[in-house]
Amino acid sequence: MTSYLPLILRNTLRNRRRSALTVASMAVSLCLLGVLLVLYRALFYGGETTPGQARRLVVHHRIALTQELPIAYEQKMKRIPGVCAVTHLRWFGGTYKDPGDPKNRFGQFAIEPETLFNVYPELKISESEKQAFLSQKTTCVASRSLADRLGWRLGTRIPLVGAAMLPVTLDLTLAGIFDNPDGNPVLYFNWEYLRDSLAASDPHRDMIQQYYVEAANKDVVSDIASRIDAMFEDSPYPTKSEPEQAFLLSFVSFLGNLKLFLAVIFGMVTLTVLLISGNMLSMSVRERTREVGILKSLGFSSGEILGMVVGEATLVAIIGGLVGCACASVFCAAFAQAMRNAPGFVSIVRGMSLSPLMAMLTLSIAVLIGTMSSLVPGFNAARVSILDALRYNG
Amino acid sequence: MAIPLFYNLRNLMIRKTTTVMTGLGITFSVAVLVASLALVNGLRTVFASTGHPLQLLVLRKGGTTELGSLIPEESLTVLRTMTGIVVDAKGGPMVSEELVNVTNLPSVDSPKGMNVTVRGLTQTGVQMRNVHLSAGRWFQAGQREVVVGKSVAKHYPTARLGSRIRFGKGDWEIVGTMDGGQSALNSEIWGDFNQISADYNRQEAASSVLVRATDPVTLDALKHSIEDDPRLNAIAIAEREYYANQTAAGAPLEFLGIFVAVAMALGSGFATANTMYAAVSRRAKEIGTLRTLGFSQGSILLSFLTESILIAGFAGVVGCVIVLPLNLVTSGVGSFVSFSEIAFRFRVGASSMAPGMVFAIVLGAIGGVLPARTAAKKEIVAALREA
Repeated sequence: MTSYLPLILRNTLRNRRRSALTVASMAVSLCLLGVLLVLYRALFYGGETTPGQARRLVVHHRIALTQELPIAYEQKMKRIPGVCAVTHLRWFGGTYKDPGDPKNRFGQFAIEPETLFNVYPELKISESEKQAFLSQKTTCVASRSLADRLGWRLGTRIPLVGAAMLPVTLDLTLAGIFDNPDGNPVLYFNWEYLRDSLAASDPHRDMIQQYYVEAANKDVVSDIASRIDAMFEDSPYPTKSEPEQAFLLSFVSFLGNLKLFLAVIFGMVTLTVLLISGNMLSMSVRERTREVGILKSLGFSSGEILGMVVGEATLVAIIGGLVGCACASVFCAAFAQAMRNAPGFVSIVRGMSLSPLMAMLTLSIAVLIGTMSSLVPGFNAARVSILDALRYNG
Repeated sequence: MAIPLFYNLRNLMIRKTTTVMTGLGITFSVAVLVASLALVNGLRTVFASTGHPLQLLVLRKGGTTELGSLIPEESLTVLRTMTGIVVDAKGGPMVSEELVNVTNLPSVDSPKGMNVTVRGLTQTGVQMRNVHLSAGRWFQAGQREVVVGKSVAKHYPTARLGSRIRFGKGDWEIVGTMDGGQSALNSEIWGDFNQISADYNRQEAASSVLVRATDPVTLDALKHSIEDDPRLNAIAIAEREYYANQTAAGAPLEFLGIFVAVAMALGSGFATANTMYAAVSRRAKEIGTLRTLGFSQGSILLSFLTESILIAGFAGVVGCVIVLPLNLVTSGVGSFVSFSEIAFRFRVGASSMAPGMVFAIVLGAIGGVLPARTAAKKEIVAALREA
């Protein structure tokens, strides 16, 4: 078969404009397929799970994320075997300066400083800044992206005006800046400060919204989740515990029925590439009918002729696929860069990149499409009789 | 003199397979584009039909959503006595205090659960909206009863008339289904203000207040007096505007759709060029003949360009037609303003099809222009001699 390679190559290069256009057209479509594959994986399988993430679970109210859970649950959860650490979080949702300016909108969370950094070792902060945050109840820490955006420095005063259930004004001082892997613009402050600012009779005083539980290893995560849910089943505040990855993915349903949307588009793109490459091949094979006759009269078998057509299609498909993969990886990187400052759950998309596995998958689709599209023109060429072929006129 | 269109049509007919295969690429690109535009159109229709032109939504100063707002009881008293507010049949002002929250219900599309808006309101609030019951009865004050919007009843199997749903601190009985036309209210669950606020520990205040002004001029004055009143610390947004801003919920899907359509179009543009180049080289002799007959270079250029546009135009029409059944599809998308799902119906109409057709024709023209130039530039003698 390899002895035909020069001939296949010559055939491919004969009509350079056509081959170039076909490669370009396949490359664009395959780039799109690659990007869609990556997007699909990121949205529905959450990209890659880090080892730390695999050991964490999120506990929230069974009915809705916004509903509250009592702080007393923390002690009860800590006693479950396999639980290493528990930390809690409450969404503050206040306003900073002029809320009309999108720059001033960021995530504000009341947390427990001591445990947060244990459960989230991904959050990198210098020891001295961490100590400052731990020792002063009215201080806060911000992610680097946020501090850079608003020009905050250590010691900057940050007033937050509370909303809805928490009508208090917090006067915070920046004690530290941390690096978070997803680059989300967030601010964390001491929950105790919030609690102390609320009146003693306030029903929201001893309530938080989410617990993050760290398990000893990832194998006990689902067991711990069901134990927690069973524990609070009959209380006025029933819980729902899920692995962190599953929790993040649950936000994807917010985009609507994206799964179906992506699947339909994926099918359409695949079909289009199939058509484009099939069309190009049949055009070029049809033009060469007389040559096929000559090859046959020289003693080439039908099988060899079929092989040459399939080989040509596969070659074009591989080149198109490679160019497409290159474009897709550049595009994913650019997209991830553009989404750097996007809020909230979009963080899943931020880590988008064309992994070797996805690239292989895209290339395999390319080869498969190339081969499939060449079958009809290939068989036609192989089947044609020498006489008909030699007599063929444009 | 122009070459008759009939010549192009015949050519396309003879090379049926090639024409269809080239066209289908364009068809799919147009279909994706039109579908994305139809989605946004559908969402826009929902939000554009929500709200009364004379109503203002009062939120806490700095608040941008009902969910994140808080209006204390003292403010309510102030609002009730303001001038310029319509008086209802019973002689009370059209001021509706409302409590907004979300609950999670398993839906047809996502069995794991989607957020649905729960709104606690009074008789006045119901009266201020353009809704009517399509089944059952309204909730009664003091009862743990709710009425669900028709989209909620349709998409959430557990939230049908007669069944009980669980949110807040316990069970609620569904006693009716309401029809809010095409508005976002179809995606809400309504119950008695006092009952719902007690469940969410918010007896002391409302989330938002809806007021109706007597006329457009008063509306403006009312807005200013609410925002300037130091006792209120509140802002007033036209109800229409509040909902119109939520159309942004469709932006990620719209962006994705347009991105895919453009990428597909680029791919099919190259394919169209390929097909047209092949047509030009196959018909070299014909081109020579036409030129000998006296057709100018311009006519040849125009003829091949027309042929390319014809393929794209047909393909575009097919693309528009295949997405027509989407008109029957309803779906839901999450709004980050209400933090809950809004149901909408795709709207494939002139406003989504026209851009689709323009897109197809431009695609055909771009794919055809270079091959047409090659055709026009052919030397007569050389062309006649070509195979």
